[in-house]
Amino acid sequence: MLNVLDSAVPVECWSCSIGQSTTTLFCPHCSKIQPPSGGNYFTVFSLTPHLNIDLAALETEFHRLSRKLHPDRFARATDQEKEWSLADTALLNDAYRTLKEPLRRTEYLLKLEGSEIGEEFAGKDKANPSRVPADLLEEVFELNMQLDEMRMARKVGEEDPALHASLTEAKNKFEAMVNDVDQDLRKEWTNWDQSDQTVRQSSQNKMVSLLDRRRYLSNLLRDVTETLGA
Amino acid sequence: MAEGRVVGIDLGTTNSLVAYMEGDAPVVIPGVDGSNLVPSVVALDPVPADGGRPTVTVGNTARKALIETPERVIYSVKRLMGRGLSEIQEELKYFPFRLADDVQAGEVPRIQLGEMRFTPPEISAYILRQLKRNAERFFGSPVTQAVITVPAYFNDAQRQATKDAGRMAGLEVLRLVNEPTAAALAYGLDRAKEGTIAVYDLGGGTFDISILKLRDGIFEVQSTNGDTHLGGDDIDNLLLAIALDEINAEHGIDLRQHPSAVQAVRKAAIEAKIQLSSEPSASFDIELPNGDRYQRVIPRDVYELMIEPILERTAGPCKQALADAGITPESIDEVVMVGGSTRIPAVRQLVDDLFHLAPRGKKPHVELNPDEVVALGAAVQADILAGASKTTEEILLLDVTPLSLGIEALGGTVARIIQRNSTIPASATEHFTTGVDGQTNVAIHVVQGERELAENCRSLARFDLKGIPPMSAGLPRIEVKFLIDADGILRVTAREQRSGKAAEIEVKPTYGLTDEQVEGMILDSFDHAEEDFAKRLLIEARNEADTILAAVDRAPSNPAWKLLSSEEQAAIARAKAYLIAVSGAPDPRVIRAATLALDQATRRFAELLMDAAVSTAIRGKTMESAGEELGDAVTAPHPMAAAEFK
Repeated sequence: MLNVLDSAVPVECWSCSIGQSTTTLFCPHCSKIQPPSGGNYFTVFSLTPHLNIDLAALETEFHRLSRKLHPDRFARATDQEKEWSLADTALLNDAYRTLKEPLRRTEYLLKLEGSEIGEEFAGKDKANPSRVPADLLEEVFELNMQLDEMRMARKVGEEDPALHASLTEAKNKFEAMVNDVDQDLRKEWTNWDQSDQTVRQSSQNKMVSLLDRRRYLSNLLRDVTETLGA
Repeated sequence: MAEGRVVGIDLGTTNSLVAYMEGDAPVVIPGVDGSNLVPSVVALDPVPADGGRPTVTVGNTARKALIETPERVIYSVKRLMGRGLSEIQEELKYFPFRLADDVQAGEVPRIQLGEMRFTPPEISAYILRQLKRNAERFFGSPVTQAVITVPAYFNDAQRQATKDAGRMAGLEVLRLVNEPTAAALAYGLDRAKEGTIAVYDLGGGTFDISILKLRDGIFEVQSTNGDTHLGGDDIDNLLLAIALDEINAEHGIDLRQHPSAVQAVRKAAIEAKIQLSSEPSASFDIELPNGDRYQRVIPRDVYELMIEPILERTAGPCKQALADAGITPESIDEVVMVGGSTRIPAVRQLVDDLFHLAPRGKKPHVELNPDEVVALGAAVQADILAGASKTTEEILLLDVTPLSLGIEALGGTVARIIQRNSTIPASATEHFTTGVDGQTNVAIHVVQGERELAENCRSLARFDLKGIPPMSAGLPRIEVKFLIDADGILRVTAREQRSGKAAEIEVKPTYGLTDEQVEGMILDSFDHAEEDFAKRLLIEARNEADTILAAVDRAPSNPAWKLLSSEEQAAIARAKAYLIAVSGAPDPRVIRAATLALDQATRRFAELLMDAAVSTAIRGKTMESAGEELGDAVTAPHPMAAAEFK
């Protein structure tokens, strides 16, 4: 069953007036679709907010709900039902897209829990450079020099094998760092899922900075890969 | 049935088709001439003697007018749908049509056709109306609801223009379905099929690639990419340009000044293209206006070198689609080929290479007629929407938006709010505020595309949020919800959160017609009225009866007539007498039954004629018959013959 309402005010089913549509997308009595009421991405899947998610189960549930909610099932229904189906399906799709992807899911949960986060993985992907993590300052400076050198050399059609090797090495190193961040994030997922409110707060703070770091590293990696592949 | 049938329509660049679900298999509905394909050609007949409005014809009849009155004929109008003035001007360099000379910037451009002017959606509406009539004639009852297919890579404006065309034709468009997705439906109707498939769709004017995951009857599109400006037309234009240049160089004649001569060369180019898919070479032999002949043989290897740059343009989108789906070519279980241009052997080879098929012992799927597969899939989707059949009740299409949706931010950059390849319907909510004290309007510029700067993306619309209560700068909080619906079309709603007022939105679509304009362009609405409908069916039935009676009258003078037995001749005479007797009847069904009976009785005679025609005229093939032979490649014995998805 699906919980899309945050509050539990009983509302009569618009169609049969018998069922109560407070906790379901469909009237339990006459099975008619009910007005959407804007739950969050977790409640759409009848989940409490958490971070370790069974992706196979999520997909199965996504497909099950899609079959019932999709506008294709309401092509000849009333205009009102069509609108509800559209809104519900958009919410379902937005929720699935966000929850199935680890970084977007983490980011979404952090926002839901009131954490302030910087640039987003979901949606906007402006190329603004985020803050340079302090421990990387020196390496990033050197890397940027090498990237510039590489681009210049490319422009005049030259290829410096030593530079190439050094950039490849840097790429591997940053890839390893991204892996480390991902592992740390996973640890925090479990930490957050299993803890009480006080621990959760510090876990959230850690995840916010891990996400920042990861974002920075992936931008850097993208630049290196692009330059190497050009 | 309380509600009429829902038909599936493939509104193609070159040909259009209408199909429906007969029992548990989709079937294409033929036109009066028996052909499944209705050429997407619209012609304006000469102005009648009484000076009235000239008749608009569609399809094969319209195509015949191409040579005689090219200035009254338009084709490939799909390439102009949802496009702005400058884009159309660019497009028209390759086509003999011209813009109406009174077109203003900012309005939907109109094309000059004879003495009349039409917007691209109006032209498409005429094609749709023809398909609607074909279906009505076939069912003997009105058809008012349809599913129409569009290239997956169509943007918002192109989709909206297609929907507008449906409305003008008197059709409620229940859903726009992406062509490659429809093709996947036609191939994968058998629910046992599971796995990841790629649909490679190279049609007359557009190219699409879609990657789908099939599981338990759910067709989930993972990614899509394409080029709305790439197809068989480009090959025709290339061959045409080469021929025109050579004619100019060798004979000193610039045929570009002679529209009907250009059309003749274009026809020859298309014939050569078709021939080169099955023959080692093709030849041009064209009589020029001065009596000279332009003769040229094109060997296939030369042809393949010429078209390579065109075909190569499909590779980038395929690779991007794979990358977006996060998979390698090896993960693709099957590739489905759609669109007439996939008959070209070089295209099949390219697909084989792109998806590493041969090394894995696989071949691209060509079992279904590539010209019909999209319409068949549209019929399946129509059946799903009608919700009335067991065959499709477990099937569901989950499609994606092909292009990212963004808002122009400060400095002209784009803030993406819905990423490409998001499953639709999809939504995003953004908050806006004011920059000046007391400001009551906020303008939002919505764009579609993947580029960083708004000016390089496709402008969709400017939304003007009005009626914001005057407050200090930065205080209002306007929540704007962007929603891409199941047709891939954007809807926007806004609310000022502090006052709770629904903000008034004025939409200025960058390209496209307003609701009122569409209303005003609805084709003669007599289609809707029941008695008029019956009248039309009666007229059509009588016309068909007259046509066949005239043919039977001429029959005895044909040598083939003597080959018939006296029983056969007597049977024809009886059926003819009966048809004449009932041809004045008020019920079209009676007339059609009698027409059909006469048609049956003359079947052997028709076969004899065919044999004679084939033996004498095999070399003097007309353009038309060449066109009808487009379906010469691989055709499944049964429309739903199983593609082997493992």
